[in-house]
Amino acid sequence: MGDYLVLIVSSMLINNITLAQYLGICPFIGTSKKMETATGMAGAVVFVMTLAAIITWCIDTYLLKTLGIEFLRTIAFILVIASLVQFVEMFLKKSIPALYAGLGIFLPLITTNCAVMGVCLINIQEEYKFLEALTASISYALGFGLALILFAGVRERVVLGRVPRPLQDTSIGLVTAGMLALAFIGFKGLV
Amino acid sequence: MIEAILFTLGLGGACGVALSVASRIFYVYEDPRIAKVENLLAGANCGGCGYTGCSAAAEAVVSKEVPPNVCILVGPENVAEIAAIMGSEAGTAEPCKSYNNCQGGERATDRFIYQGLNRCSAVNALYGGKRDCSIGCLGFGDCVYACKFNALRIGPNGYPVVDKDKCVGCGACERVCPKSIIEVRTMSQRLLHLNTQDDPLSPCQQTCPAEIDIPRYVDQIRHGEYESAVDTIRERNPLLLACGRVCPHPCEEYCRRAIEDTESVSINQLKRFVADMEMNSGRRLRISRAPDTGKRVAVIGGGPAGLSCAYFLRRVGHSVNIFEAMPGLGGMLRYGIPEYRLPKAVLDWEIQGILNLGIEYHTNVKMGVDFELGSLVGAGFDAIFMGVGAWKDYKLNIPGEDLNGCYTGINFLSRIGNQEKIYTGRRAAVSGGGNTAIDCARTLIRLGLEKVYVVYRRTRKEMPANEVEIDAAEHEGVEFLYLANPSRVLGDDDGNVAGLEYINMELGEPDASGRRRPVPVEGSETVLDVDMIVTAIGQSTDTTFCTKGTRMEELNITRWGTIDVDSDTCRSNVPYIFAAGDGATGPALVVDAIGGGRRAARAIDLFLKGKEVKPEPRALLSKSHIQESLFNSVPGVQKSKRAGMPELPVKQRIANFVEVDQAIAEPDALAEATRCLTCCRLCYDPDKPRHVA
Repeated sequence: MGDYLVLIVSSMLINNITLAQYLGICPFIGTSKKMETATGMAGAVVFVMTLAAIITWCIDTYLLKTLGIEFLRTIAFILVIASLVQFVEMFLKKSIPALYAGLGIFLPLITTNCAVMGVCLINIQEEYKFLEALTASISYALGFGLALILFAGVRERVVLGRVPRPLQDTSIGLVTAGMLALAFIGFKGLV
Repeated sequence: MIEAILFTLGLGGACGVALSVASRIFYVYEDPRIAKVENLLAGANCGGCGYTGCSAAAEAVVSKEVPPNVCILVGPENVAEIAAIMGSEAGTAEPCKSYNNCQGGERATDRFIYQGLNRCSAVNALYGGKRDCSIGCLGFGDCVYACKFNALRIGPNGYPVVDKDKCVGCGACERVCPKSIIEVRTMSQRLLHLNTQDDPLSPCQQTCPAEIDIPRYVDQIRHGEYESAVDTIRERNPLLLACGRVCPHPCEEYCRRAIEDTESVSINQLKRFVADMEMNSGRRLRISRAPDTGKRVAVIGGGPAGLSCAYFLRRVGHSVNIFEAMPGLGGMLRYGIPEYRLPKAVLDWEIQGILNLGIEYHTNVKMGVDFELGSLVGAGFDAIFMGVGAWKDYKLNIPGEDLNGCYTGINFLSRIGNQEKIYTGRRAAVSGGGNTAIDCARTLIRLGLEKVYVVYRRTRKEMPANEVEIDAAEHEGVEFLYLANPSRVLGDDDGNVAGLEYINMELGEPDASGRRRPVPVEGSETVLDVDMIVTAIGQSTDTTFCTKGTRMEELNITRWGTIDVDSDTCRSNVPYIFAAGDGATGPALVVDAIGGGRRAARAIDLFLKGKEVKPEPRALLSKSHIQESLFNSVPGVQKSKRAGMPELPVKQRIANFVEVDQAIAEPDALAEATRCLTCCRLCYDPDKPRHVA
């Protein structure tokens, strides 16, 4: 049980997918201008990342490793994740239209998201068991959501500040992200 | 190696099969046009259109929520193709444009000096604003930053200026503006907007029943932009030639200049000046109009209210048919206002301009006689506007009123207006103190009568007629008998009028209307030697169209005999019947009817588009004023003289019906326009050297 707690903390905070491993910067910058879109994106990421991690873990363990063709991992994962997102989109549209409308544009945006891909690959690299992989990916996703929502909150306030013209918008956003990352480094050594 | 190839193929195949199976199982019927439209959109998912992504925008286009040109990135070819898919013509949709409502700029004083803040949103969030004016532009240009198309810049006066050619109407500026100063609207939305407590309005603009943007058009005149000035007036008032002549300009009562200066700006003369300018140029300005909506409205009555309602409905794209009981359109403008105040040729020119928008009309047809509600509904009209006016003259109810030579005001004027030959005597008495009475008296003078009296039961101070009209009548030789109430009409043996007996009155206690009630003085009867009497003591609405046994019977009529409508929406108790003008309010000004017509057009538009017909929140309806905009003193204003009204000399004018009041000359108009302080809620420009264009 303790192991899982450590795993959660380390995936969510210490090795935060965005602020410590620098993955998924594109949606991090792109959808953090408004709190509303940030929360939408966070929800979509939790959903997709968990599903993708489980499926890719199964494919890796039961197909790639058995057949001894691990070198095809990346290409296989890309294919699987892309199809999965498409599949989920269709499923939601038919069965849970409300959720589909809520996630809106973010679902297809995640199709080719490096954070999702990264989590899937980390799961394999760290040789997690199924439950560990599941826990880790949920934590990573929550970590991404946490970072995104924090960042959106900061950015909404930065807009009110006096920012030199050349640094406005994305530039100051990246500076802010850097400082947030510095703050997250503080979690190093927690475990 | 062979495993790897097989695995890749297998995985690819499996994904493909899974997806195709999924797309069958989870198939949701979608209009095939959505996919087609989506292919034509930019695919950038930029959100500039206001929808979350291109597919959402495509859905909105197909459900006709938004026009084919919703995407701000694609060019006209794609818009044309999308329009073709939707089966509508390209360019039919009305473009949204950004408008800056605040012209104040740096004129309102700053409440605080800010250090360090450089965004409107920041200033607004911390202190609720920078300026004294509660709604004014903060001038830091959040809208300029928000605009992705470089269509906005901060102008020399410190407020944003919109470049209409670059603006795509994406709405980004409106979303960031914390003061609702920048608004993205279609022409239709602007045409039908009612002034509210929260708008940047000058006192005159709040007062005008037609809600014309007065400071804007006066400013345009000052800069020599006469055509723009005409357009500005036409956004609110289609009858500018008529109003420029007959309007008693309530706006001038609230002119801020008049607080310090002896006289207000001559707003109405300026309106007449530009309106005449257009007419005399012989070229009609183009009036833009929204694409057809396919809805049809019947307008009963072609008077000012009906014409105004028809004009606005036509401009927002509905098709309109006017049904008029008299031989010509114009209502009271044609039949109630004499030629010397509003020449028929001028009125014809103006009405033709409105009809040119594509309005059909039928004259000599009266509701309840030639057609009724059922036939309109049967003919497929979606809504009905009643602008029936108040054409039934009140009677004096005194003995002898039916003798030959007795007329009633509107009846008399309309017969003259219709160029009927009627019996006139040598000496006439007009009873009443309103504008109709004065019109009758001045008309009688022009018909060549020896002597014309106006008999009024109160004093000149209480007379409801316009001051200038009373003056003009006095100049023309009309004799006024105040505190005199007709009591009996004397007749001769042939049944003709031989005299009018009146009783002197004295003023007693004030009555409900605040005017002192006249009380008869016993035994003071006097006989006036006249052989013609015109009674002009007010009118009511002729409601004979409420035919028994039809839906019309259900129409609520007030106890004053007017159609009972909601004052904000002009809607009656029958959901598709709307009414405005004298028929709904009782006798009032032309400009009231024009404003009412527009108000009704707004409600009818809501009704036809299937929206809830509700009043505009916090609308002023020119009944109330924004308190903070009413000043006691206006520092910095230098006194200046108002342009005089050129008029024909009395001798020339009383012999015929030639128009009395003339338009002011261009230099006078320009000088008069510079007297305007270009007010807004709080801002105004006190006198400073200005260049006259």
